[in-house]
Amino acid sequence: MDLIESYKEELQLIRKPWTRVWVGVLLLLLLFLPLYAREYFVYVATIIFIYSIGVQGQNILIGYTGQISFGQAGFLAIGAFTFGHLIRLGLPWPLCLLAAGLAAGLFGLVVGIPSLRLKGPYLAIATLGFGVAVYQIFVNSELLSGGRMGLVVPKLTPPFGLSQTVFNYYFNFLIALILTLASYNIVSSYMGRAFIAVRDNDIAAEVMGVNLARYKLLSFGISSFYTGIQGALFGLFMGYLEPNMFTLMEGITLFVAVIIGGLASVEGSIMGAAFVILVHQMHNFFPMFEAYQEMVPVVFGVTIFVVLIFEPLGLYGRWFKMRLYLRNWPFR
Amino acid sequence: MSQLLQYTISGLATGSIYALVALGLALIYRSTRILNFAHGDMATAGSFFALTLLGLNLHFSLAFGFALIFGSVLAMAFYFCVLVPAQRREATHLGQIILTLGLGLILQGLISYSGGKVPQSFPFPLSDTKIYRLGSIVISQLSLGTLCVGLLGSLLFYLLIQKTRLGLAMRATSENLPAAQTMGIPTRRILALSWGLAALLGVIAGLFLAPALLFDTFFMLEPFLKGFAAAILGGLNSLPGAIVGGLILGVAESLGGGFVSIAFKNTLAFLIIIAVLIMRPEGLLGKEFKERV
Repeated sequence: MDLIESYKEELQLIRKPWTRVWVGVLLLLLLFLPLYAREYFVYVATIIFIYSIGVQGQNILIGYTGQISFGQAGFLAIGAFTFGHLIRLGLPWPLCLLAAGLAAGLFGLVVGIPSLRLKGPYLAIATLGFGVAVYQIFVNSELLSGGRMGLVVPKLTPPFGLSQTVFNYYFNFLIALILTLASYNIVSSYMGRAFIAVRDNDIAAEVMGVNLARYKLLSFGISSFYTGIQGALFGLFMGYLEPNMFTLMEGITLFVAVIIGGLASVEGSIMGAAFVILVHQMHNFFPMFEAYQEMVPVVFGVTIFVVLIFEPLGLYGRWFKMRLYLRNWPFR
Repeated sequence: MSQLLQYTISGLATGSIYALVALGLALIYRSTRILNFAHGDMATAGSFFALTLLGLNLHFSLAFGFALIFGSVLAMAFYFCVLVPAQRREATHLGQIILTLGLGLILQGLISYSGGKVPQSFPFPLSDTKIYRLGSIVISQLSLGTLCVGLLGSLLFYLLIQKTRLGLAMRATSENLPAAQTMGIPTRRILALSWGLAALLGVIAGLFLAPALLFDTFFMLEPFLKGFAAAILGGLNSLPGAIVGGLILGVAESLGGGFVSIAFKNTLAFLIIIAVLIMRPEGLLGKEFKERV
């Protein structure tokens, strides 16, 4: 859609002046959301921010590098419990958050090692096995999981007399914004291009000088770093942790968000996260859906069918086509 | 010694169920290269159907028969109504795998919604508590039945694949699809039949597992993952491999649970799988790829 004339232009985050305006308006709207929206909306938006981090990480792995992982729940758990244990030791939260990401990232590198030899289904089962193993270890080890009552994560005290909800909102908004900018940069840097090359044709990529082993592992590492951060933020947001928050289903939900949002697109990841969370919270907006809470997976499944058969690029692809149509209107 | 034998026997009983699940997965994988993530949920759907029919006071044999038919029709409908249109629109390989994941989610949701969320006991003609003694070894009627059904099912399946015209067509289709088409084999019908047959095997496994575990929406999740692991262990594109893998996994798990640690019984299985995948990715009996970076 865009005609790009120079490399500098290609590296720009936003190319058209009007897009800048729209993005600015959107950011302002989000910045002042607590002022005009109901408290419940602020709460849901916070969860969407937290989720969008993990979905972006998963999208870097699935969408950009073309590797498959069903073990994300394991990384969520590792990140969350690392954060929980460290913050209970009294360490400052930025350090704990970083440590959570790094711990998950480290395990990601380890899980990535099979990806050097395995493809598709084999990799899927290896990562699935990892997710199940981590869950079982946390369930069976009281030392790690904090026992039967779960691990209580002390909340941060809000500065400037903000309420807890509003503080949570801004806190997660800031971190999600930083990580979103980071993933835009990853995607447009040499690293991101190497990921895409590995996805499209790994042999050709290697011939062109991409170190396959390094970039596959790096992709696993980065994706699990993001997932670990999501786990940590989620733990902080909920105020307690237990292994049952990180079942296999949680990893599948992240996966579904990537597919529905759109493979290989950062905006798509955020849209996917929003979709998944909004469907989950639908019964709180419309009480008539209360009785249908069990049907949430059905909505996900049907959306997957529709997306994969009619719009393989997901919500982002639809949005892209709409924009193209509006820009060229009334011509086709 | 008798303890060792005891664990081996009970491991074989569980292993034969894993083998049935693994057979279904391997059957679909080797003919379409699709990993069926909905396999466990199809089995759950079939068992749930049987449970509903039993609730209507239908006889066991009838209810089970209908459940088997229901499972296979479901799988064939999925193949014709979702997979074929997706393939026509050139869905990627990963996309087709994700479609099965979507089917799994749909089935889970529908079963939970129609009342499968509460764990229920599953009435069954074979008893869990009635036991037979063979020297110092104890085996329950249900485990014995499971073992027999697992082995018999595998045997019948083997005969079907190796000795009949239909089996020949299925083997040809999985070997080389365009060549099979050229030879006049109705490949689409054969593939649909493979899906149906795979779901049938899954439902049998589900029916024999439901009385041992309690029936709820996710009761097949763990056996499904184990069956998956068994199929990988034996080699995903090898049918005898699936049976061998299932039995080995069952016995290893039972021995590990008995002699090492019962709490880490399930983890152990997956650790074995990851080790096998790193050392011999094509599985014990599979011959597929050799790739290293």
